[in-house]
Amino acid sequence: MSIFVYGDNVNTDVIIPARYLVRSDPASLAAHCMEDIDADFAQTVAPGDVVVAGQNFGCGSSREHAPLALRACRVSCVIAKSFARIFYRNAINIGLPILECPEAVDGISPGDRVTADIATGRIENKTTGRVFAARPLPPFVRGIIDAGGLLPWIARAETGASDDGEGAV
Amino acid sequence: MGMTATQKILAAHAGREAVAAGELLTVPVDLVLGNDITAPVAIREMERAGCDRVFDRDRIALVLDHFTPNKDLAAARQCSAVRAFAERHAIKHFYDVGVMGVEHALLPEKGLAAPGEVIIGADSHTCTYGALGAFSTGVGSTDMAAGMATGRAWFKVPGAIRVELTGTLARPLCGKDVVLRLIGLLGVDGAQYLSLEFGGAGVASLPMDDRFTVANMAVECGAKNGLFPVDAATRAYLSGRVTRPWTDCTADGDAVYERTVTVDLDALTPLVACPHLPSRVRPASELSHVPVSQVVIGSCTNGRLEDMRAAAEVLRGRRVRGGVRCLVIPASQEIYLQSLREGLLEVFVEAGAAVSTPTCGPCLGGHMGVLDEGEVCVSTTNRNFVGRMGHTKSEVYLAGPAVAAASAVAGHIAVP
Repeated sequence: MSIFVYGDNVNTDVIIPARYLVRSDPASLAAHCMEDIDADFAQTVAPGDVVVAGQNFGCGSSREHAPLALRACRVSCVIAKSFARIFYRNAINIGLPILECPEAVDGISPGDRVTADIATGRIENKTTGRVFAARPLPPFVRGIIDAGGLLPWIARAETGASDDGEGAV
Repeated sequence: MGMTATQKILAAHAGREAVAAGELLTVPVDLVLGNDITAPVAIREMERAGCDRVFDRDRIALVLDHFTPNKDLAAARQCSAVRAFAERHAIKHFYDVGVMGVEHALLPEKGLAAPGEVIIGADSHTCTYGALGAFSTGVGSTDMAAGMATGRAWFKVPGAIRVELTGTLARPLCGKDVVLRLIGLLGVDGAQYLSLEFGGAGVASLPMDDRFTVANMAVECGAKNGLFPVDAATRAYLSGRVTRPWTDCTADGDAVYERTVTVDLDALTPLVACPHLPSRVRPASELSHVPVSQVVIGSCTNGRLEDMRAAAEVLRGRRVRGGVRCLVIPASQEIYLQSLREGLLEVFVEAGAAVSTPTCGPCLGGHMGVLDEGEVCVSTTNRNFVGRMGHTKSEVYLAGPAVAAASAVAGHIAVP
């Protein structure tokens, strides 16, 4: 399990450059994920790896292809100091695990071994032994993630299986 | 506690007396927008979820504008998928080549955005319609799919930054200078999860096209939306375009803002955002050492009639300098036609500029002006990220149409 560490303002143009948006199948997106900021990413990323970044991760274009590309690479979690608004909701809507935790980002260095539990928000740096608590997701948002994304959540709500009291989107 | 204008729009749609910042709620939407890049993903997600109906065929807008006219076979296939969906569901507001425009220039023109409405679009610059007093915001393809299927969307109610405009905007300054100044002040995430609500005596001096430019780039400082008050200019714009009833939602006198930022229009100078962030703003006059390979005048940010006029004023009777490619892209068929009638296109062609049919093409490095390694572009578009318009070692400087046109003539960044 590896981590990939980036700085602030990683935008969706570098997560998946627009020249590849003529296709949206997972394999095509995965092949070019992070290409303009880290040309080796797509070749070296392995299932379960974690992306760690600074502030405003996913800023710029609303392209859902960006979280889809990371999910297609089977990244287990993106940990950032903060997320840009549209990326944040896209990740929730498609079920890409994300955690917001500035302290953890400051406490992780390239090469560290890191585990993250999306359910509890617990982030552990196995190399240093430090443990961090990410900001908990609101119950409404957790409901969408637990359902596997927005559309399954709606389907569940429509069949009366919703117990979150918020009603269908 | 008083509500911001955005909060009042959301409360009205939620059927509530009041909402507060931070609340999560679902509201009915007035319009759902998608384009040839984002709609195919939304259509696929709808089909995957087994949903074969749209909530209202009159409240969905599909615009083929990004990789059109079809730039290659893969783009052609994406457009075909959207075209087939539009036909199958009899989508009323489907815009294909020949009648289309860059979506955020087109929709207001077609009367599809009005004050007090809630609009979601699978494109980050959907915030443009805030210029008309609508709550409009960018979302992703899954939100678009859910919106098309159910007519609803989930939101966290945003807090707001009040943007006070003082003084008077006068040419050659334009909306781009206003918004670049603001992004320079706030930074690229200074308004994260917040609304920008514009006000002050200076608003009246901004023509509608400049307000569209300002609201368009609200997202570049992380804002959820950027909202202008409704005034005489708004009403004049809506007249003849919007016939349905609309609501003017004004912020309460005791509305709470996280902070207030003032932009003094009298103190503005022509500005440029340097690579590779829209917040790296400097006076254009300090950048005359930057040589230019390409100039792009167009996009959802600055492809409107006022922008065409401003560019033509600079280019009239002058020539684009040798070694510079200058592309002018009126953002809609209506703008193209009016530019033609006013003789602006003739000015561009005589100056040695290339005039294109409406497309988003070069703004996102899609087609029509992709940059090679080492090339520098002065562009009236909205983003200058690494690789945005082509090679990762190309550079994009963002500016208004007058600075862009002056730079095309000078061969380096120049002030009109």
